[in-house]
This record gives sequence, C-alpha cells and structure tokens, in this order.
Amino acid sequence: MTDYYSMIKNNSGRRKIKSRIMLTLCVTAAMLAILPLVYIFFYTTIQGASSLNLEFFTELPKPVGETGGGMANAIVGTLTLVGLGSLFGIPVGIMAGIYVTEYSKSLFANIIKFVTDVLSGIPSIIIGIFAYGVIVIPMQRFSAYAGGFALGLLMIPTVTRITEEMLKLVPHTIREAALALGIPRWKTTIMIVLRTASSGIITGILLAIARAAGETAPLLFTSFGNSFWSSSLDGPIASIPVQIFNYAISPYDEWHRKAWAGAFVLIALVFIVSLIVRLATRNKFSQSA
Amino acid sequence: MSELILDNIDNNYVSVIPAAEHSTAAVEESHEHLKYTVETENLAVSFFGREAISDINIKYRSNTITAIIGPSGCGKSTFLRALNFMHDLTPGAIVSGTIKIHGKDISEYDMTDVRRRVGMVFQKPNPFPTMSIYENVVAGLTLHKRHKKSHLDETVEKSLMLAGLWEETKDRLKVSAMALSGGQQQRLCIARTLAINPEIILFDEPTSALDPMSTAKIEETLHILKKDYTIVIVTHNMQQASRVSDYTSFFFLGKLIEHSKTRTIFTSPKQKLTEEYVIGKFG
Repeated sequence: MTDYYSMIKNNSGRRKIKSRIMLTLCVTAAMLAILPLVYIFFYTTIQGASSLNLEFFTELPKPVGETGGGMANAIVGTLTLVGLGSLFGIPVGIMAGIYVTEYSKSLFANIIKFVTDVLSGIPSIIIGIFAYGVIVIPMQRFSAYAGGFALGLLMIPTVTRITEEMLKLVPHTIREAALALGIPRWKTTIMIVLRTASSGIITGILLAIARAAGETAPLLFTSFGNSFWSSSLDGPIASIPVQIFNYAISPYDEWHRKAWAGAFVLIALVFIVSLIVRLATRNKFSQSA
Repeated sequence: MSELILDNIDNNYVSVIPAAEHSTAAVEESHEHLKYTVETENLAVSFFGREAISDINIKYRSNTITAIIGPSGCGKSTFLRALNFMHDLTPGAIVSGTIKIHGKDISEYDMTDVRRRVGMVFQKPNPFPTMSIYENVVAGLTLHKRHKKSHLDETVEKSLMLAGLWEETKDRLKVSAMALSGGQQQRLCIARTLAINPEIILFDEPTSALDPMSTAKIEETLHILKKDYTIVIVTHNMQQASRVSDYTSFFFLGKLIEHSKTRTIFTSPKQKLTEEYVIGKFG
C-alpha cells in the first residue's frame, strides 16, 4: 500500500509539470489564433475611423487631386449586391439542405453533399469567371445581377452545409411527435424542424453574408465597379471591396486613407447586419444550442 | 352502449381465440363498430425483408386500457407504431395485413387523418423546444388549420386539466416548454395529444424515463382518460401493466402469444410462455 501511495505521489509532481507545459502550449496557440484578428480589427479601426467623416457616407468619390468625397455609392452598392446574392443564395441553400437531410437518403443526396463541398472549396475568382461567362457575356454588359449571382453562388455551399448540420441536430423524436399529431410532413419540416434549428441556420446565413460582403475577386468582372450612382441593376455597380481595391493600389495618400475608411465601414456593416438579423429573428425560447 | 362494454369486459372475452369469436351473437355483430375501435388482421411489419412482427390479430374495445408486455425486441413498439403509420418514414419498413379503425380499413382514411384519430405519446418526453407550453398544446390544431383564439384557450385549459398539468402551469403558459421537469413535459405531451381530440391514444413506454411520482401521476391520468378514449400502452413494467390495464397482450419474438383480460394473464395464463414471462423466468 505505502509503495503504491508513494509512487502516485512521486508521479503527481511530474504530471503536474507536464500538465502545465501542455496548458501553456494550448494558451499560446489560442493567442496566436486571436492575435492577427485583434490586430486587424484595431489597426483598421484606428486607420479607418480617423479618415471617416459624414461626407464619406453621403458623397460620391471625388477625382484625384480634389479632397473630400466619399463612398456613398459603394456602400449602397455592396448592400444591393449582398441583398441580391442573399435573395438567390439563401433560399437555394436552405432548400438544398432540407432536401439532403429530410427527404433523401439516396445517391443523389450524397452527390449534392459532395458537390457543395467541392463548391465551397472553389476559389471565388473562378465563381466570378463563371458568372462572367453565363451572365455578363450573354447580356453584353457588367451588371448588379451578375455580381449578385456570383455572391449568391458563393453563399450556397455555406448555407447548405449549415442547414444540413443544424437539421441533423434536431432529434428524430421531434419529427415523430409532430407527425403523430397529424401534422403533414411539409408543415412538420418547415414549422417544427426548421424552426427548432433556426438559430443555428441563422448563424450560418450570417457567416455566408459576411463572406459575400467582403468578396472582391468575383465582383471585378461581374459588377465591375462604378464611380457614380447606378441607375439600374442592369448596369455596373460600385461596391466597397472593389472600391477599396482600386484605392489601395493607387499612388495617392488621400485614396489610401479612403481605402482604410472603406475597410472599416465594411467591417462595421457586416457587424451591424449581423446584429440586426440576430435581433429580428431572436427566438424567445432559443436554447444556447 | 356503456353497459354493453362493461358487459363484455365482465364476460372475460378473449378476442384472439377463434372459438370465442365465432360464438358472438348476431346482435353483437351488428354493434361491432361500436365495440371495436381498433382491429388488426394478419398484421406484419418487416424491416429490409426481416420480419419484426407477423400474424398479429387483435381487437381493442373502446374505453378500455390494453397493456402490451413482452421482452425487449419482441415487437411491442413496432406493433404500436404500425397503428398510426409511424413506420412510414422508417427506411426499409414494410407493413402488411389490415388495420381497421371503427371497422374501416385505414388505407381508406387519409394518413394524417388516421394520425389525428390515433394519437401517440412517446417514451421520451418530446415537447417542441422552440414553443411555449401554450403553443405546444395547440400545435396539432394551429398547424392543421386556423382556429379561433377562444377555442384554442378552451382547448389548452381542457387538455392540460385532463393531463393533470393545469394547476402547475396555468400562470406560466407563455413559458418555454423546456422549463418544465421531465414528468411535466411528458404530461404536456399527453395534453398535446388530447388537444387534437383523438379516439385512440397509443402510449409507448410513457413512464420509463420518469421517476415514481411522475409515473403515478400519469397512471392516474390514464384512468381518467379511459372514460373517453381507447388506450393502448406498451410497458416494460409488469406491475404497471397489472395496475393500469383491463386487457393485456403478451408479445414474444414478433408474435402475439396471448391476449386476454389482465387478471387472467397475470393469474391463470393459457400459454406456458406467458406464465414463464409473467413470473419472471425470462425477459
């Protein structure tokens, strides 16, 4: 007995040291992951907020040499493009997710799963080229539609996968309970299952929106960009990321500052949209799940 | 009608024994639709070609409680779930034979209609997590068609009252159903089933996840419900079967071994297998 006891005691010291080392490593890794994020956030805020004024939100870009001017058209443009993309990407994503989990265990469902995985791995510039090929070329011009289509395509895999994962988490017993009450299957899916999974699905949608809002590459040859207000969705339209890109590669300090301000506004915009969606779709009984 | 039913129970009528069936008088036959709420003929269920239950011939009278007992995997739940189409979503499940409700084959009813007539309470309490207590009770109504608010209020009170949950929840109907305890959740599920006003209620081991106090409350509820409903309850607990039921069916290896008055099953079963199971030789 005493032998065992002393052995345990001797080991416990060594084990504690090992535990400390591993814990330190984990904390360091966590810091490394967070550090760039915090840095980007603060640097953008400091650089961007200082160049920000009311004009930035109300005025069109000014030509080189003139001071002042803003990105009003790009802010509205980004909201328009993300809106168009959401209109296309979210319903398709959710319905595909519902089909894969609720209605099909077949080969076809597995193919859809595989394709969405592949789609989420495709570089966004390729998506842009695709949109260019199917919309810009036949229509003979850059347009908000083409940009929205490209962003929508980018959103589909995220929304589909999240919908699928969240629906899988809804216990089978909930579906049975609803069916046993004589509720038709489609109503069970929409009013019970989807509703139970809604908070998770909304998180996924917000992720998709945030990603789409920050995309530059697919917009370069779909919505193209515009220094003025767009009169219709049928023509080129400005967007914050493209505007940032144009300003950032320019040689003018004034434009560099505008690019920083644009980056800051973009982050703030995504944050505000997330907040609004969260509040608007808040479920009074949502579980921490 | 109620006299007739009482009469039949007292007669120690055993529906699975063919001889007894043939001896039924012509008068009784003409009232058959009143007496039998559920009948099955040669009911069989198989999963991916492997037979789970077969040759189930059984008749349930209205206003009685029938317990289904048997060892795990004998097909009790499979049988129960066949009665309201719950196998419809199970991959590979094939249900054959006939099930009649009030003498009419269920294939003649609309599937959702059968489920509204044959309510079901499951083993684990499964309230809808995103709904309030109130919404849970009326879910089967509001998701069917529009109803007047006054009608819904009335239904909520009536159903919760019957399920024995009204006193505990009347002041917090708008609270999430998940805030209730396990036993309360199960009674909520019973109330939810009662709200759609079924004729038959199937209970699939409704108390196996609950403590003795909650179990007692639910058994009490069963006795009250008997006045208006036909009740079939699957249970692993033989004391429970003997406490609550009028009739007991013993299932073994996918077959119905014996169906008789509960007292008969527990005191003088006809089959040796039943006796062995009841006294605890196996199971």
